[in-house]
Amino acid sequence: MKIAVIDESAARAAVIEEGLREAGLTDVTVLLDRRGVVAALERLAPDVVLINLENPSRDMLEESFALSRAVARPIAMFVDQSDDASIGDAVDAGISAYVVDGLRKDRIRPVVELAIRRFNAFSRLQSELHEARSALAERKTIDKAKMLLMKRRKVDEPAAYALLRKQAMDSGRRIVEIAEALITADSILGGE
Amino acid sequence: MSQFRIGFLPLVDAVLPIVAHEMGLAAREGVHLTLIKDRTWATVRDRLAYGQTDAAHLVAPVAIAMALGLDRAPVPIGAPFMLGLNGNAIAVSNVLAEELGIGMEADVRTVGERLTAVAKAQLSMGRRLRIAVVHRYSSHNYMLRYWLAACGCDPDFDVEIVVVAPPLIADAFAAGEIDASVVGEPWNSLAVERGDGVIISSTSRIWTRGVEKLLAFRSELLEDRRPDVEALLRALYAAGQVVLDPGHTDMVARLLAREEYIGLPQAVIARAITGRMICQRGGEPTRVEDFLVLHGEAANFPWRSQAMWLYSQMVRWGHAKPTEEGFAAAAAVFRPDVYRSAFAGTGAVLPGASLKVEGAISAPLGAGSHGGRLVMGPDAFFDGRLFDPDDPFGYLASDR
Repeated sequence: MKIAVIDESAARAAVIEEGLREAGLTDVTVLLDRRGVVAALERLAPDVVLINLENPSRDMLEESFALSRAVARPIAMFVDQSDDASIGDAVDAGISAYVVDGLRKDRIRPVVELAIRRFNAFSRLQSELHEARSALAERKTIDKAKMLLMKRRKVDEPAAYALLRKQAMDSGRRIVEIAEALITADSILGGE
Repeated sequence: MSQFRIGFLPLVDAVLPIVAHEMGLAAREGVHLTLIKDRTWATVRDRLAYGQTDAAHLVAPVAIAMALGLDRAPVPIGAPFMLGLNGNAIAVSNVLAEELGIGMEADVRTVGERLTAVAKAQLSMGRRLRIAVVHRYSSHNYMLRYWLAACGCDPDFDVEIVVVAPPLIADAFAAGEIDASVVGEPWNSLAVERGDGVIISSTSRIWTRGVEKLLAFRSELLEDRRPDVEALLRALYAAGQVVLDPGHTDMVARLLAREEYIGLPQAVIARAITGRMICQRGGEPTRVEDFLVLHGEAANFPWRSQAMWLYSQMVRWGHAKPTEEGFAAAAAVFRPDVYRSAFAGTGAVLPGASLKVEGAISAPLGAGSHGGRLVMGPDAFFDGRLFDPDDPFGYLASDR
């Protein structure tokens, strides 16, 4: 089975491609660039097109599919609604699939299910990364607040942190919120 | 408070739900909105179809195509509220603008005939002009085809019509991928600002009250949550009143300019709201009458005859079958009954009929209504044709 993966995210496309290959689906082509994607599909004539739901090329691709130029009469996976749960999972995962009309469902389903698992794994990874980044940003905010306290109150670092922590405990707020409030107040009061 | 997740594309005519949300008009009706931005109609459509959103800002023929199941499994859809009429410009590349030599100052037929002549000359040299629309099932596609055909150009043969999502239009001009486009604002103005495109006309000059965007719901949700839906419609109507007041233009344009909505400069966005279009970089604004009609004169009322006109165009260009059932199914997507029940007793003007002869009004006209006096603005097609919803097959026959 010939599969085309269209995605703006090279990282995610690689994760899907790897999954497909591990499952023994080796005829996979990844298309990252919007330009020339229709021509590339014409050359490839894939049986299945996997594309991220939010891809800005989808309207353009659907038009080419409707004219049956790009691929031999592909249809939206969603034409066959006998498997509503799996379609819902695909949309929730953020993936959309187009398959050549007539291709047997038992052949397509494992491909789509695999793509769904990979998409979900990738977005989990992304949100962990996002959390890690915001944790970093929060630590910087706290550091900045500590520096302010050290300068203004003439205390050392552990004491400055203890001040922040006490205020957080007393007011029932996150320490980063106390730090932000302090930095804001300092800039309004003209700290320097 | 009842919750609605609403999908939208970054376009000026997504303004009513945005204003309803940001100015607290939805909250006043007991409705909380979450607005979900996408970049293509296919995504907005799929999120609505599979329940990731509860309602969607949609280009009207996409809603009809969903209900009819064109290219995919049918999803029953109801559209009780129109979000705007027209609002699309016709733009061309700098090269084509020079070749045409005329633009916004000329009437739309003259521009169309000139474009046809250039397209045919190019065709004789083995090259087809490439014109972008935003979706296969878009008012843009049908208005463009209507216009070209009436000007002697065969849209399936003399030119090549391609699909490009609105936010990518300016890039497509810059990359030389398209010669012309029909797209909503502010994406034409972005191409103009970058010096890659020139606006030569508008769809409001093809059909003065052209059907364009609507708020679509899955029919099931429309029935299950009817009181909530009606509260949401009242909030959108209130947003219409805010937007209609010229004193609010700056505030509204500033709101739309925010990154989570459109993410382009306020001054560029204000052009469509005021109808003062800058057609070429550095040019003076040109006043385009009724460029985008967001509210007033029952602009938000879902006339079933407009759905039927769209279906006639789907038939004309081979997208749908010429059947009584097809016309009836398209008309049934528009839900004037829900509109009427939402606004009964609110003082909003309610048209007495759900069908009208499209294109028949050449000057402002009083119409049968309840709850206040309804004055309908001119709704003529540029070629003077009339669409009588009682005889859609007669209309189709007159195409040949």
